[in-house]
Amino acid sequence: MSITQPATGGRLADRLQSHTRVDVSRCYQCGKCSAGCPMAEEMDHPPSRLLRFVQTHEPRHEAALLASRAIWLCLGCETCVSRCPNDVDLPRAIDFFREQALAKGVAHREARAILAFHRAFLGSIERHGRLYELELIARYKLATGRLMQDVALAPSMFAKGKIGLLPHRISGREALARIFERAEAAAQPPEGTAAGPRKEHAS
Amino acid sequence: MRIGYFPGCSLLGSSRDFGESVRAVAAALEVELVEIPDWHCCGASSAHALNHLLATALPANLLASAAAAGLDEVVAPCAACYNRLVGAGKAVEEDPALRSQVERVLDRPLGAKVRVINVLEWLDRVKDRIAARVKQPFGRTVACYYGCLLVRPPRTVAFDRAEDPTSMEALVAVAGGKTVQWCFKTECCGAGLSLPRTSSVGRLAGRIVEDASARKAEAIVVACPMCHSNLDLRRGAIDQALGSPHPLPVLFVTQVVGLALGLSPKSLGLGRHFVPVRLEPPAVAAG
Repeated sequence: MSITQPATGGRLADRLQSHTRVDVSRCYQCGKCSAGCPMAEEMDHPPSRLLRFVQTHEPRHEAALLASRAIWLCLGCETCVSRCPNDVDLPRAIDFFREQALAKGVAHREARAILAFHRAFLGSIERHGRLYELELIARYKLATGRLMQDVALAPSMFAKGKIGLLPHRISGREALARIFERAEAAAQPPEGTAAGPRKEHAS
Repeated sequence: MRIGYFPGCSLLGSSRDFGESVRAVAAALEVELVEIPDWHCCGASSAHALNHLLATALPANLLASAAAAGLDEVVAPCAACYNRLVGAGKAVEEDPALRSQVERVLDRPLGAKVRVINVLEWLDRVKDRIAARVKQPFGRTVACYYGCLLVRPPRTVAFDRAEDPTSMEALVAVAGGKTVQWCFKTECCGAGLSLPRTSSVGRLAGRIVEDASARKAEAIVVACPMCHSNLDLRRGAIDQALGSPHPLPVLFVTQVVGLALGLSPKSLGLGRHFVPVRLEPPAVAAG
């Protein structure tokens, strides 16, 4: 699974707006997003400060944002954007900051396990069509080295029929694989952009 | 009555109990669920996190398959699938450029619009049938938990009130149950961090279980596989975060309706939960 690698030059606010149509100048720092964010207390910077970092256009602020743990802790619960008085789509902006952090190679170490999970998940869909939970867990463990995580839960999961031994394969797997290929190709940036084409593989 | 059906991956695996109870309730209400032919995963939050185009193309392909099968309406019991399907349908409807880009990725036209409803909307539609067939009024007091994906963002899903939804309470009342007022109806349970950051799920789901327990609810009722697994399967992490055991069971709304319809706990998958459910009719003294 490849990750979109957008251009990394110029002001972050401008790149954000051109890729996602999220306009950070609409944020007037009321702080509602930070007040309602369920993960704010575990973050190194609260959500409203992440937007402030982009508003200043200062390279040191942009760097702090892209290297932050906070952008990897966002759950996508959409509480912030639901309450934002000025409709700033912060979860969409955070997805973009994650892409930028990866493209620049400055992603926080917190990103590793989260990306391993997403890549293992999508890889499973690409191969079988439907999620093969056993494979997802195995690949996630291999990618992160967390081999002993949740081992105690496994016998109950099997006993309760909550995890299957075999994948549920769909018959249209080839057509689905083409969809993945075309979506990945379309997500690559045009040649000559600052980041250039670069692929990261799931496994 | 006949309606399109998108079970999604969870209902075949980690939330088999949800899938079993949806089918058992549909059968009892004489509703025929017609699966989208050869359906695949909606992409869930992983496609959303890694490739936005794929995150729209996968659900759009499911909607195109539904339309091609002559289905104009689909019920998606998984709140995450529901959210992705509604979001993708709306995105391609509002943005013609995105629509043609998605059609190129799918290599087929998207076809007629398909309406996607969640399990609460579906149950609400058949509530008169439920009311007429209640055999064993549920008779318990529960906390209705909606989580994120059924109600947010309101501009996309346009279902119930985003901050204080009430549709599940209305359904529990039809099943003969009572509900508590509480503060965590739409607070996030920790969602997809279950594997990568279990401690966060313990903290967030812990607050939910703690408040529901403090309000003397006998169970939490949910309509989302991810919420169920974070509140039920992750009870170890929750109890660790709370510092004491909290035996409050977590039921799917379809299990509550099914019990009221007199269906067996086994047919509703109640034996598959990690936190034991001791609410089967005939009612025993609350423990």
